[in-house]
Amino acid sequence: MADNQDQIAVGGAVPPVLDDTPARLRLRSDAPDDGPLVSLGDFLASSNAAAVRLDPADDARVLVPHLARLRLVEVSFPKFRDGRGYSAARLLREHGYAGELRAAGDINEDQMQFLRRVGFDAFQPDRPLDAAVVARTLARFPAVYMKSSDGKNPAWALRAAQQKNG
Amino acid sequence: MYRYDAIDQGIVDARVDEYKDQVARRLAGEISEDDFKPLRLMNGIYLQLHAYMIRVAIPYGTLSSAQMRMLGHIARKYDRDYGHFTTRQNIQYNWIKLEETPALLADLASVEMHAFQTSGNCIRNISSDQFAGAAADEVADPRPYAELLRQWSTLHPEFSFLPRKFKIAVIASDTDRAAMRLHDIGLQLVKNDAGELGFKVYVGGGMGRTPIIGPLIREWLPMDDYLSYMEAILRVYNRYGRRDNIYKARIKILVSELGAEEFTRQTEEEFAHLKPLGLDAPKAEFERIIAQFPDPDLDASAPDTLDLSNEDFAAWVRQNTHPHKTPGHIIVTISLKPVGGIPGDASSAQIDLIADLAERHGGDEIRVTHTQNLVLPHVRKDALFGLWQTLKGAGLASANLDLASDIIACPGMDYCTLANARSIPVAQEIAKKLAPKELELGQMRIRVSGCINGCGHHHAGHIGILGVDKKGEESYQLLLGGSGAEDTSLAKILGPGFDEDGIVKAVEKVVAHYLVVREGPSERFLDTYRRLGAQTFKEAVYG
Amino acid sequence: MPYVLTGNRLETGDVLWWDGADWSLHIRDAAILEKPDAEALVAKFLPAERISDLVPVEVTLTEAAPRPTTTRERVRAIGPSVRPDFARPSLNVSEI
Repeated sequence: MADNQDQIAVGGAVPPVLDDTPARLRLRSDAPDDGPLVSLGDFLASSNAAAVRLDPADDARVLVPHLARLRLVEVSFPKFRDGRGYSAARLLREHGYAGELRAAGDINEDQMQFLRRVGFDAFQPDRPLDAAVVARTLARFPAVYMKSSDGKNPAWALRAAQQKNG
Repeated sequence: MYRYDAIDQGIVDARVDEYKDQVARRLAGEISEDDFKPLRLMNGIYLQLHAYMIRVAIPYGTLSSAQMRMLGHIARKYDRDYGHFTTRQNIQYNWIKLEETPALLADLASVEMHAFQTSGNCIRNISSDQFAGAAADEVADPRPYAELLRQWSTLHPEFSFLPRKFKIAVIASDTDRAAMRLHDIGLQLVKNDAGELGFKVYVGGGMGRTPIIGPLIREWLPMDDYLSYMEAILRVYNRYGRRDNIYKARIKILVSELGAEEFTRQTEEEFAHLKPLGLDAPKAEFERIIAQFPDPDLDASAPDTLDLSNEDFAAWVRQNTHPHKTPGHIIVTISLKPVGGIPGDASSAQIDLIADLAERHGGDEIRVTHTQNLVLPHVRKDALFGLWQTLKGAGLASANLDLASDIIACPGMDYCTLANARSIPVAQEIAKKLAPKELELGQMRIRVSGCINGCGHHHAGHIGILGVDKKGEESYQLLLGGSGAEDTSLAKILGPGFDEDGIVKAVEKVVAHYLVVREGPSERFLDTYRRLGAQTFKEAVYG
Repeated sequence: MPYVLTGNRLETGDVLWWDGADWSLHIRDAAILEKPDAEALVAKFLPAERISDLVPVEVTLTEAAPRPTTTRERVRAIGPSVRPDFARPSLNVSEI
């Protein structure tokens, strides 16, 4: 089979079955939400659901009026190369969502830096993460170039601070 | 040119460390090939027909002599003594071993170079005008703005898994030397009436399976909104670009399916949301980067005349040099298209020589053009003859810029797993046949791609050639009338395809006919074609 | 039609040919296989992920070596047609 490099389409992959098991890695100190996780359609139809799952084609903005009652948003990654979940996460954080934001599915250690930067604080990968590799990955980069949803100062802010301090 | 500070160096060193870790895990069987492949692609490493290939980034086509020497060193240490300059101003090495790539990347990092994001579904090398900082017609040097984008797009957490690759070009003059309208985002730096700098923003251009000239999305983008606006475009693309079909996954398809107006509306809406979030770099950061691209320290009182009594030298000056904005100086294009050679290839010896020449003559800068040639941007006129003689001795003085033998050819099926046909032998044959009369033919931009991905820019060729597969045999389509300059147009297929001999003969018929029907020697082939249309050429070729 | 099996070594990217017992750098050593056997070998080697781009290649048998029937596979077996100095020894570059 010829190596088609980056040309393989990833759309159309089947989303994982709804799952209530706890995340395998959770970087929050509050108690996890133990309510049922519902699809976006069910969430919008209900008045008291507090945990919703977003599939890649779902529009995260639809949740913006409901952020107050949300405790958990799980963004599904049926294929890690489908990066729509990164925009969904960042949008939610930009609109002020402060609850648990979980990435689930085909994600592994090598995406951790990106996932953290867009605001994910819980991870439920299909295959167990290697804790040592995760730790190395998250500690590796001394600086970042652009502002995102993790509160890290981008390079230009560090440079401005250095200028000020002389 | 831009020099890394400790922050830049820290990031590139961390990236090398990360990649080294990823290779080790792959070789130990701890990650699968499916998981590893995108990781190596994010560092520009492909598996091609014969071996691994690495595509090293040359940001906006600018490098120092020290960096050029490292490219020569890499050719010798890790490859077979040569490199290939590409249509995105990068360099490729074709005979790389995966297990040596971490060491290679570490060597690159030691001279502030890398191979980040030269492949994969992410934002690729930001390309620019090869005459930046030297040309008389630019409103300002575009490269600081390309550098800002380079930093912004490096390891961008939201945009590392786009539907498809993403290419941006930045220019600063009405003359388009970077095929700006044929990029996913094309930016032209302009001045408003108050003398402030901003951009005209074009989105959704490209070649390949569906060639499109990018429409104007924003007539005036103030510098203050630069990065936020780019975020808005990328976010709309990341959310809504097609992911079901790789041939419809570029932003050009999204823009054309939504229509430019609706795409603009969505972008402006996203921009309105993003702008207050403080994503834009402050003026101080712009100034910091701009300060690293000063006007070079040139002696404007240097002698401004040239002795053109040597005919060969005169021919080369006429063809391969351009006026410099500083008196006494001149811009030199070094042709990597000697007749019989491989377009865009340079041996390690040639690379070292050019590094030396840049140090002595070019203001310590070399530029890579998107047409696979090199530029020394700041040469004193009184040193030009000596420079030419040195280039001549190394086979680097072909006086053929923009002539029929200055052909763009992708590596094609001689190297690339994606190709349907070989492109280099076709380019070589055409160059051999046309070189003897290329001065008579005048400006003629011939472009050869080995497959529909169009790395050879065949849609932007006055004469374009596309390699296709015809029942397992190499076959070639002939296209006419394209241009990647400011008069952007897309070449159109003339008629049925040809085999390797046939395409060369067809091109010969096209140029022979052009000589008959042109309105005199000052009418370019492209203009004759535009004036008369395809039919007369079709008859000449197919009879 | 006869087939041979090719792939690239993971660590180096070297083009390899299955010789019946091991992987060789030379197509002249390649074992001649029926297509189903070649495909079975692909299935056997695939999971280990040490040889990339495993593919059965259709060949005609010549005195020098098995000769792939497509230009692409001949380029892979011999080397770039425009660099005869890189040609591997099993087949002549003029065979491309």
